[in-house]
Amino acid sequence: MNHNQFAPSESLLKFAGLYPEAPKVPSSCGMSLPPSHFFPASIGWQLIKWGFTLVVWQLATVGGLAVASTTIDGCISKKLAQVGVPAAPLCSDSVFVRRVYLDAIGTLPTAGEAADFINDTAPEKRAALIERLLSRDEFADYWAMRWSDVLRVKAEFPINLWPNAAQAYHHWIRTAIRDNLPYDQFARALLLASGSNFRSGPANFYRTVPGREPRAIASAVALTFMGTRTDRWTADRLDGMAAFFTRINYKSTLEWKEEIVFFDPLPPGINQALLPDGKWVRLPPEQDPRAVFADWLVDGNNPWFARAISNRLWYWLLGRGIVHEPDDLRPDNPPSNPALLDLLARELVAAKFDLKHLHRLILNSHAYQRSSIPPLGHPEAVEHFACYPLRRLDAEVLIDAINQITGTHDRYSSVIPEPFTFIPLDARAIALPDGSITSSFLELFGRPARDTGLLSERTNVTSAGQRLHLLNSSHIQKKLASGPGLKALLNARGAPDTVLDTLYLTVLSRFPTDHERAVVADYARTMKGNRYATTQDIAWALINTAEFLHRH
Amino acid sequence: MPHPLQDDSAGGWFCPEDNKHCSLIGSTPITRRAALRAGILGAAGMLLTDRLAQRAFAAPPPPRAKAKAFIQIWLWGGASHLETFDPKPDAGPDYCGPYRSPIETNVSGVRICEMLPLLARQADKYSLIRSMTHGNNGHETAAYMVQTARPPGERTVYPSLGAMVSLFKGYDAGYTGLIPPYVVLTELQGRFSEAGFLGPRYKPFATGGDPAKNPFSVEGVIAPGISPERQQTRRELLGKLNVFARMLPSDPQLSAMARNENEAYDLILGDAGKVFDLAQEKPELKERYGNNTFGQSCLMARRLVERGVPFVTINYKGWDTHKQHFQIMNRKLPELDRGLSMLLQDLGERGLLENTIVWCSGEFGRTPRVMWEAPWNGGRGHHGAVFSALVAGGGFKGGTVVGASDARGYEVKDRPVYPIDLMASFYEQLGIDGNARLTHPEGLPATVLPPTTDDVKSGGRLTEIMG
Repeated sequence: MNHNQFAPSESLLKFAGLYPEAPKVPSSCGMSLPPSHFFPASIGWQLIKWGFTLVVWQLATVGGLAVASTTIDGCISKKLAQVGVPAAPLCSDSVFVRRVYLDAIGTLPTAGEAADFINDTAPEKRAALIERLLSRDEFADYWAMRWSDVLRVKAEFPINLWPNAAQAYHHWIRTAIRDNLPYDQFARALLLASGSNFRSGPANFYRTVPGREPRAIASAVALTFMGTRTDRWTADRLDGMAAFFTRINYKSTLEWKEEIVFFDPLPPGINQALLPDGKWVRLPPEQDPRAVFADWLVDGNNPWFARAISNRLWYWLLGRGIVHEPDDLRPDNPPSNPALLDLLARELVAAKFDLKHLHRLILNSHAYQRSSIPPLGHPEAVEHFACYPLRRLDAEVLIDAINQITGTHDRYSSVIPEPFTFIPLDARAIALPDGSITSSFLELFGRPARDTGLLSERTNVTSAGQRLHLLNSSHIQKKLASGPGLKALLNARGAPDTVLDTLYLTVLSRFPTDHERAVVADYARTMKGNRYATTQDIAWALINTAEFLHRH
Repeated sequence: MPHPLQDDSAGGWFCPEDNKHCSLIGSTPITRRAALRAGILGAAGMLLTDRLAQRAFAAPPPPRAKAKAFIQIWLWGGASHLETFDPKPDAGPDYCGPYRSPIETNVSGVRICEMLPLLARQADKYSLIRSMTHGNNGHETAAYMVQTARPPGERTVYPSLGAMVSLFKGYDAGYTGLIPPYVVLTELQGRFSEAGFLGPRYKPFATGGDPAKNPFSVEGVIAPGISPERQQTRRELLGKLNVFARMLPSDPQLSAMARNENEAYDLILGDAGKVFDLAQEKPELKERYGNNTFGQSCLMARRLVERGVPFVTINYKGWDTHKQHFQIMNRKLPELDRGLSMLLQDLGERGLLENTIVWCSGEFGRTPRVMWEAPWNGGRGHHGAVFSALVAGGGFKGGTVVGASDARGYEVKDRPVYPIDLMASFYEQLGIDGNARLTHPEGLPATVLPPTTDDVKSGGRLTEIMG
């Protein structure tokens, strides 16, 4: 028997996740259908229709949902018109609720949260949900994880960060995100940090730099705050910037592994420095030159600062930078949509570097809320942001989602021999404070080593090993077989249909289609009424679907 | 509360003997990327990780390789040399305890512990090195030294012998098996006996489970409690419910995932996974290997080597006998005797021994004088000054004893054999160039074997047993 021989049917195509809800279609949009040879027959008529009513979709109010129109979409529409790529339609509510939870807080919605949103009839419910998510605790956890990748927050034995320093650093980052510390102040605090690595979180900015030479620090600063790699800079340019970091010194204390980072005013013989834009500045002997650099960096007119973070945030939310790679801003690597990047940077400066403003702007845009099915015949749609890009879930997000579904936890540990790396049993992976605290699952699924601060360190490619692990490892099988999550579902009263609804809402954040109900009913018959095994197998199958394993 | 990593079993952070950090504190063995990557428990995924990833190294072995495969029997914890291959009956009861009558082997003049009568009948197949030495008494550091020939405490963590073989004889060298080229039965030794800076691609696959049980629950291949029939119906169910994948038939990510899935199922339901099915062996043969985890691991190792897996480690635990030494020996030595002797005999009868190296050793020996006093009450401590190793097959001569310890087994008397001598001999038989350059992630210069320095002593390769 070949499990792949299965023709998609009409009801399959209607399944809740992928299309705007059927009743909301403008019934007479006045457009003639395209020739059907344009699409693979297997995709079916409905998809053809959606693909070609997208112009109407963008202009119309979608099924009573007035999606805020922002100029992000203006920039993108213009570009799409130029390159002749049609945009994908907006995604359905059930796709949206799952997507925005995963992207904004790195967390799967619970069955209740998903159902409440899908059933909500309020016209502004998407914007309202975005607002709620931006103030969730998990928002701080998830974005602290992202920032900890960039800032290389991990304990290393025996150099760089010691475990309690890594924790202090992570705590500071998470707090800054929770309190929405304006990004210019965030950067200033890191650049000007002084004090004990154990007691002053940001002081660890300098301790994570691989090497203490001013040049290495300048490179790390350029990568972190200017989105720029210095490996192609001339030596003079790098040395000129490095001069700002020549008066940092380090001293140890009586406490093992404690170190104080401090401004050392002793004149090092260097009395001028070169800003990356080519201006020389004098460094008076008593002044901390880092402050001079920071003042220049966070200025609203700085050509790198706001653009680099806007591009990075866009990359984090939409899978691809407007400048690609997202941390390689340079004149010969132009943005794919310069107007869009400028717009985001302007918005950020105008909002006084309020990053949540940028989150809000992007998440509410049509560009973010499009279907992940690219317009047929336009594989380049992804790079022009004409559809939402499909991406495998990050290692941390994936294991947290599986644990949430099954009601289980993973154990995390560090190779660093220190009790500070003790992790409570119910820790979530997105909230781990230190990159050295890990598990075989996280390693297998491409969690970054946090060695370089480059965004490309995180790899979300799939491997056969990952498939084997999800399909058949004792790790996952045990969660399904003995985790309280599925047991609770089975013990809850209700018709089989209700149980299946809850299971689908729990795993895929949507209701099952009629077709899926039929498949499951068939399967239950072959399992001869063994409800427990049936439910377990369905849950197993659902977490192994492409739909579950990806942001879509 | 004890730290989760501090456990006093072999391989833990704590050394039961002196109750302090054994090996790591104060030394600097971990590099940035390497340590993080190296330290993790085995996962099912390791079975197939990056099998098709790009080739990192291109190093065809020289044509003179005598050995194609390697079975490492690792006596984790450090087996006593006096109770195995270097008995000292004349040193008195404080040294040899109850074992005072070593037995003759089928090679005249070579005597081994009386608890190993079956191995005594196979002595023509193996050689014994009685002068292994490195002088280090920490489990992890000694295990690292013995398997890498490197001094501990360097900035870089080097790959162990198995990872090196995986590099030179695995996927990069044309190995195409679905079973990974470096398999550990059944649990990993720990981070310093793995891939080092080579990274997770060269890390061993640990099977988990217990080969003495039926079925042998190999991590990722056999899920306990799920019959092949149910695996099949589940697979069909997944095919039907995986609707999203069919919505995007041309998406490259989803196509890659589908290919990966087929590979995974080759192991779960296809023929590739059958190598782990010991029920395919005759019951009498299984019985002769010993119905215990070690014995069946030996049989499993033979099956893996037979199917072309180049490196198999049997991580045989429980030799760290600070207390109850002789009670434990009474239990373990018959297991070792039966499993190892049968492995040598079986490999020999199948013609596999001539191109398969078998190496049996731990990270060190044990203190010759029995500690009768409390709290040990008849135990032995760690002893890196001298210990024994058994080497067979793959071009090594049998029936020879290399080197000697002194009268009571404290120090090397003749012909010291340092880890580098052993590793260099292994690499030579395997056709791996000891001077070959390795690609280091930070661009540091690195070769298969270290240059000999004050930190890396050498007594010369084992030319006396290399034909």
